[in-house]
Amino acid sequence: MEVIGKSVIRKEAVDKVTGRAKYTHDYQKVPLLSGKMVISPYGHAKIVNIDTSEAWKVPGVRAILTGKQYPLTGEAIRDRPPIAFDKVRYHGEPVALVVADTPAQAKTAADLIKVQYELLPVVNSPTQAFQKNAPLVHERLGEYKKEADSHPVPDTNIATLIKIRKGNMAKGWAESETVVEASFSFAPSDHVAMETRCATAEISPDGNIIIMTSSQAPFMVKRLIADYFGEDMGKIIVRTPLVGGAYGGKAPVQLEVLAYMASKEVGGKPVKILNTREEDILTSPCHIGLDATVKLGANRSGKITVAEILYLWDGGAYSDKAIDVTRSGATDCTGPYNIENVWCDSYCMYTNHPYAAPFRGFSHSELSFAIERTMDLLAQKLNIDPLELRYINAIMPGNTTPTRVRLNKSNVGNLQKCIEKVRGLIKWDEGPVKVLNDRFIRVKGVSCSWKTSTIDTDAPSGVILTFNRDGSINLMSGVVEIGTGTKTILAQILAERLKMDVNKIHVRMEVDTQTTPEHWKTVASRGTFMGGRAVLKAAEDVIHQLKELAACVLRSPKEDLEIANSRVFLRDDPAIGLHFKEIGYGYKYPNGNTVGGQIIGRGSYILRHLTPLDPETGAGRPGPEWTVAAYGVEIEFDKRDYTYRLLKAATVVDIGRVMNEKAAVGQVMGAMSMGLSFAGRETFYFDELGRVLNPQLRTYRPLRYGENPEYLVGFVETPQIDGPYGARGVGEHGLLGMPGALGNALSTAAGVSLHNLPLIPELIWKAKEANK
Amino acid sequence: MQSHTITLNINEEIHIVAVKAADTLLYTIRGKLGLTGAKPGCLNGDCGACTVNVDGWPMKSCLMLTVEAVGKKVTTIEGLRETPIQQAFVENFAFQCGYCTPGFIMNCHSLIQQHPDADDQTIKEWLESNICRCTSYIEIEKAVKSVLNKK
Repeated sequence: MEVIGKSVIRKEAVDKVTGRAKYTHDYQKVPLLSGKMVISPYGHAKIVNIDTSEAWKVPGVRAILTGKQYPLTGEAIRDRPPIAFDKVRYHGEPVALVVADTPAQAKTAADLIKVQYELLPVVNSPTQAFQKNAPLVHERLGEYKKEADSHPVPDTNIATLIKIRKGNMAKGWAESETVVEASFSFAPSDHVAMETRCATAEISPDGNIIIMTSSQAPFMVKRLIADYFGEDMGKIIVRTPLVGGAYGGKAPVQLEVLAYMASKEVGGKPVKILNTREEDILTSPCHIGLDATVKLGANRSGKITVAEILYLWDGGAYSDKAIDVTRSGATDCTGPYNIENVWCDSYCMYTNHPYAAPFRGFSHSELSFAIERTMDLLAQKLNIDPLELRYINAIMPGNTTPTRVRLNKSNVGNLQKCIEKVRGLIKWDEGPVKVLNDRFIRVKGVSCSWKTSTIDTDAPSGVILTFNRDGSINLMSGVVEIGTGTKTILAQILAERLKMDVNKIHVRMEVDTQTTPEHWKTVASRGTFMGGRAVLKAAEDVIHQLKELAACVLRSPKEDLEIANSRVFLRDDPAIGLHFKEIGYGYKYPNGNTVGGQIIGRGSYILRHLTPLDPETGAGRPGPEWTVAAYGVEIEFDKRDYTYRLLKAATVVDIGRVMNEKAAVGQVMGAMSMGLSFAGRETFYFDELGRVLNPQLRTYRPLRYGENPEYLVGFVETPQIDGPYGARGVGEHGLLGMPGALGNALSTAAGVSLHNLPLIPELIWKAKEANK
Repeated sequence: MQSHTITLNINEEIHIVAVKAADTLLYTIRGKLGLTGAKPGCLNGDCGACTVNVDGWPMKSCLMLTVEAVGKKVTTIEGLRETPIQQAFVENFAFQCGYCTPGFIMNCHSLIQQHPDADDQTIKEWLESNICRCTSYIEIEKAVKSVLNKK
């Protein structure tokens, strides 16, 4: 391997350190109108009256969108009015949209719109939503248009239910000698991408709808706007430049719809909507919350024989992507353990909370907290070392998943190897607790995870390669550069395959749905796998064309030709050959005659053999492979006031193949950082009216410089045979085990079982007090 | 609101711009001068993505009115040319999405100038005013220390 595995500098590096890198809001033009939302101050209320008369008096106001029923939106169920009509269902929901010449005018006018509300009873948790007599968030749930595999239950708050029924529960319980059961709960939180969401839209006189958006899913924007509003799909052109962090939060389609509606209202003029931080936290979709109950049974030697699991996901006011998150949570409901008998009900519940987007890990960091805490409770009860318990139950080739996929050497990584490696990294054998003095102790906690990516069974990825006259190559892929460096990895894959200098490959960073081949969505750690396969196919296409032309010019059979260092040459006599610059645009004979033309390579990939889940049993193949990982966290705990310091966090992930070492380590460390922040401090605090009390970065406070622990990263490389050079996804996995490992360390340290997030000293104090 | 014409010294160039009294420096450099390296992240001084350098010190440009910059020397990320800290960010993979990067680099650059021998505590005091959501901060620590140690 010449290029694969090397820490190749990211293709957009210089732009990003010089301020030249452009994000959606950095594109300015004149005129560009400004859209400003009026948002609901309550969680659940009837809209009695909206008075826009004062707002209209503000100079520069061109349109006010409100009080009208616009087409319903939503990916799995069409349950969401883009602008609230009749009632509001969450704090932050758009109630009106003002379009004005400048941001200041739009804001002034928005502040003058008077909305009269009548408060309705609030559904403030998924458990409350699940109660028989809970207030209804959607009274007309049965009337909504929906996807075939969404299963809403009318006259309840159930947006969908995914069932897993595997094995024989009675047999499982009979074989078990030790049983533990525990419940866990945490509220929604936020992604906090540093770039707040932004979208602009304009409609040209010929009907072209041009949208620019900070999105992980520009191709989905195109599909959904066509679908929602009956527009011609070919006339919708979506552009996505660099994206300033996403983590799943920019996979849903929201501001794009509003910008489109606003532009339509002002005769197609360009309109920009930029979220303030507060709107980004409240109005745009958040990180899902969960109430979970896990019951595990094991025999005396620690082998888990049965699992019964209830997940109540806090989908919030609208189902959108939460339906898929709920399904994903059911798919991998047990965590990475081989359990023959499994019963799981995974419900997506409507509440009066901000609605949920995917969050890095797509249900797995959340469910892992519940599973991994229960694993530690089981280890405690069995009096088995917690890491050992995980080792003996680790999922392996030959086992089946909860949805009954038979695993093999390729589609699952080696968890036992990950566990052994993490054992060494965190010096587990020195013991989980080290007493420093009367007050301080150092404590370790461990966890494991697995994840498949439950994406659409027909999700595509495409790549186009074009030659420049100097023999260099342009690479166009629909993968969005959201920070993961995937487009640089794609260039490395191409360089490796063509045995050429990666610096001679130019990557187009922006996506334009009219000219870039589609990559379904840049989500689910699937960019390298799917985009990489498409690159390899495009490379084959290029190789074929280069050899075809060279065979003619060199008067040699194609089979005798080899490609390396930007040349096509005779295998047995490399001196005889042609440089790419001599044939990339066709070959020109000395007399001027030319044969061939610009070489354009194309490649596309679509995942194979995926199926939806059976509605009664959950059986099905929802994703291509399972990446596994093991984790450890070490803290220093102050027994006096229950504060703690993060000392070390470790992840060992079976990555298949390391494609770019520094980039891979960076992905894993960054994910751990986000996971510890989620686990240790991030949450929405709701009041009884369903209002989020902390929608600002000084009250919602992610980890900052110096609060981080030391990070340890290890890799295991069990190739995924159908992945490019054996690579598995790695963007999410460092995060998944952090809540579980931190929760386990703190539970040991405090001597009390912790069941909630975030793990703040006050929570520990409350648990201690409750235990007294 | 009435506009006033003022003179600003930005990146060692004199700019004459019409501003309103309430315009923040961030709004002016982005909207009037096209210097979009400084990013809005919270408009509340919480995240540091809009950090620029004013008379040698880091300043969150969302917290400063444009008119306050009159008579001062403002440097934005666009005013840095091949500085060691920019190179160190590249080599250490100290960014991913890149959105917080200009603010972090301006803060680091000011730190290196003001405290070429900064210890861990000083570095923390300076850099904890910026949020990076992609990296683990270790990469940024390595980048800034690689430059400080060279000095």
